[in-house]
Amino acid sequence: MGALRHVISRAMTGMVFHPGHHELHGITVVVETRDGVTYVGRYDRPDERGVHLLNLAVHDPGSTSTALSDFLVRSNTFGVRAERKHLVVPHETIVRVRTLSEAVG
Amino acid sequence: MPYPEMMVRPMREELTRLGVNELRTVAEVDAVMANPSGAALVFVNSVCGCAAGGARPALALALRHRVRPEALYTVFAGQDLDATARMRSYFSDYEPSSPSIVLLRDGEVAHFVHRHMIEGRSPEAIAAGLTAAFDRLAGEAAAA
Repeated sequence: MGALRHVISRAMTGMVFHPGHHELHGITVVVETRDGVTYVGRYDRPDERGVHLLNLAVHDPGSTSTALSDFLVRSNTFGVRAERKHLVVPHETIVRVRTLSEAVG
Repeated sequence: MPYPEMMVRPMREELTRLGVNELRTVAEVDAVMANPSGAALVFVNSVCGCAAGGARPALALALRHRVRPEALYTVFAGQDLDATARMRSYFSDYEPSSPSIVLLRDGEVAHFVHRHMIEGRSPEAIAAGLTAAFDRLAGEAAAA
């Protein structure tokens, strides 16, 4: 049992549980769309439907007076408010994908 | 759903062997957080290798620094759910993320390293940010 634990310990520490993933997998990104809505969330994977985001916040200029720049700074400082657990953003609607760190400079 | 304990034990031990005090129950969290004093570091552990795989070695590097918080705590997100929720209640202005690293002074957040600040960065880069925060915290305490 001790030997098994040692082997597992050597194998698990720092490992990525999900090999073969997209380069942005697990990274918090800002996804800007053609209709002006911006999403901030964890990039999971792309597929034929679009980009899958997890635990995401939404900035919709049609329903908030908060400027996008303020929304991004707040997300960077206080964390991403996970308003939705999962969303697929269709590829054809995406204007730009950046990491949150890049987006706030 | 928590992972089997055998899988996560090495991740716990990667921190506890550094002298970080793991808090696994609400009572354990309250015992250290209810009457905070001085500088403390809280590491919210995670099984996610994407980020935690860099954050734990980063903490190990940072704790070699000549200045460091006197109190070191960790809770394990996704594993010890109640303890993690209770710990997060002590810095509830901040959104939950894991892994994350929080520096507190007398119970107030002085520096917060969110998951998105860890992702994609080397342990050395993360550690450099932490040690700069350690120095800043110590300087502010000395000036107070």
